[in-house]
Amino acid sequence: MTDATRSPDIPPPGTATPIYRHRLTTRIWHWVSAITIFIMIGSGLTILNAHPHLYWGQFGANADHAWLHTVRAPSWLTIPAGYNLAIARRWHLLFALVLGFGLLFYMVSSLLNRHFQRDFRIRARELTPAHLWYDAKEHAALRFHDPKQPNARNIFQKLAYVLTIFVLLPAMILSGLALSPGMDAAWPWLLDLMGGRASARSVHFIAMVGVVLFIIVHLALVILAGAWPETRSMITGWWRIPGHDKREDAA
Amino acid sequence: MSSLITRRALVKTAALGTGALLAGCDRVAELPAARKILFSGEKLNMGLQRALSNRHSLAPEYRVDQMSPFFRTNGTSNPGTPEYAAMVADRFASWRLKVGGLVTRPLAISHAQLMAMPARTQITRHDCVEGWSAIGKWHGPMLGSVLKAAGVKDSVRYIVFTCGDLYSGANYYESIDLIDAFHPQTILAWGMNDQLLDVGHGAPVRLRLERQLGYKHAKYVMAIDAVASLTGIGLGKGGYWEDNVDYDWYAGI
Ligand code: HEM
Repeated sequence: MTDATRSPDIPPPGTATPIYRHRLTTRIWHWVSAITIFIMIGSGLTILNAHPHLYWGQFGANADHAWLHTVRAPSWLTIPAGYNLAIARRWHLLFALVLGFGLLFYMVSSLLNRHFQRDFRIRARELTPAHLWYDAKEHAALRFHDPKQPNARNIFQKLAYVLTIFVLLPAMILSGLALSPGMDAAWPWLLDLMGGRASARSVHFIAMVGVVLFIIVHLALVILAGAWPETRSMITGWWRIPGHDKREDAA
Repeated sequence: MSSLITRRALVKTAALGTGALLAGCDRVAELPAARKILFSGEKLNMGLQRALSNRHSLAPEYRVDQMSPFFRTNGTSNPGTPEYAAMVADRFASWRLKVGGLVTRPLAISHAQLMAMPARTQITRHDCVEGWSAIGKWHGPMLGSVLKAAGVKDSVRYIVFTCGDLYSGANYYESIDLIDAFHPQTILAWGMNDQLLDVGHGAPVRLRLERQLGYKHAKYVMAIDAVASLTGIGLGKGGYWEDNVDYDWYAGI
């Protein structure tokens, strides 16, 4: 960051007071989920390799029309590295519980401690074309924080988090549940929601692609916004405004 | 400059970390203690599913126009043994379904007797562990009626199926517990899609276990045994795939 981005409201280098940005529940959920998501994607790709064809509707097998034949996931991406459907399923179905109950825990705690209401509320004003264009320009210039409200999330950040937390991850979990014949008997509405088991499998795949895209953008932005100060804030909770403390940047 | 180095180091660490995590998973899965945790998911999922459903919750049934135009076969498509070939040649006239183990009246049911029993017809979805699914129409008596006729003793916990197809030279076998054995949709299907069950799909009789995956649906059923424990059946985990390649015994997911 250059001095040109510094606003006069911000204290001079080295004196910036750290901001408490992430609560303990957020931090625990975040790192547990980050590891869990990697395990889910790795083992999920092994399971996909068992039948790399996707269909729409209630059923789908080799003779039926597949809308997508996926490429074989390479062994350096899959869990386990060698093809073993049984072990991949063990990883996937155990960590599915961590993902599902983890998200539930994070959602309940973030509603109770008002993290969602405070930090993720999207205001109509932020969705106006003028505001979106302004924020897009700020992003392009790698300025992610409003100097006057450094702790506020910008609109693209909010949209990405809200999409992941309230759309992609729940879609992942509900479509996964719809793949279970036992759950289909327990909760038949899962199939109505998904439009059938073959569709649920397609939704599961598409949501996975969405999560992968989120992770790529997420990691790129964490790095651009200041990899270490950002990551440290997600570990300790405390965040120093990047670019205002040279010692931190050099760390 | 320094921040650039940090960035590069972080990207490198992240890439290495991901690789290490994926490779680490394979290492971890070899440790006996970790393996135990990994395998505990089966009991957790089974407990949760059983808590969320009741023992009679039905698998979805479909309409005729929702059936798969072509229902593929899987696993064994013909047992290919001389004994089985002889059964097919005489249209299962001398085949007997042996019901034994811990029962008060061991039975030997003929194909004709089985077909004379009150039957259930259900159009259900078959979900393979590999990810495909197909919808077919199944017809046959409830396993529960057969077990009631034989009279399972109080000590019985599992029902074991011994099949006419061979895997590694031994008969395929599977097992289920009594909750599933007495479920209304658990039937001994001798008919499929309005015809006699064909060889590819498990003639003369296959199990339909609609709340679990396909490998539990034993084909070519020759004998049904009521047992108190799975110890001594194969390697003790309740089925061929469970014993040999770590598949879950509870295949509700
Ligand atoms: C190892 C890779 C990852 C790193 C280094 C990382 C880093 C971070 C950092 C530094 C933040 C805080 C950003 C801010 O101050 O607003 C954050 C927030 C977040 N990350 Fe990640 N992340 C990783 C993986 C993931 C994955 C896999 C997911 C889920 C798909 C995820 C979902 C989120 C969400 C939803 C938030 C916002 C949390 C909140 O404020 O309540 N992250 N991440």
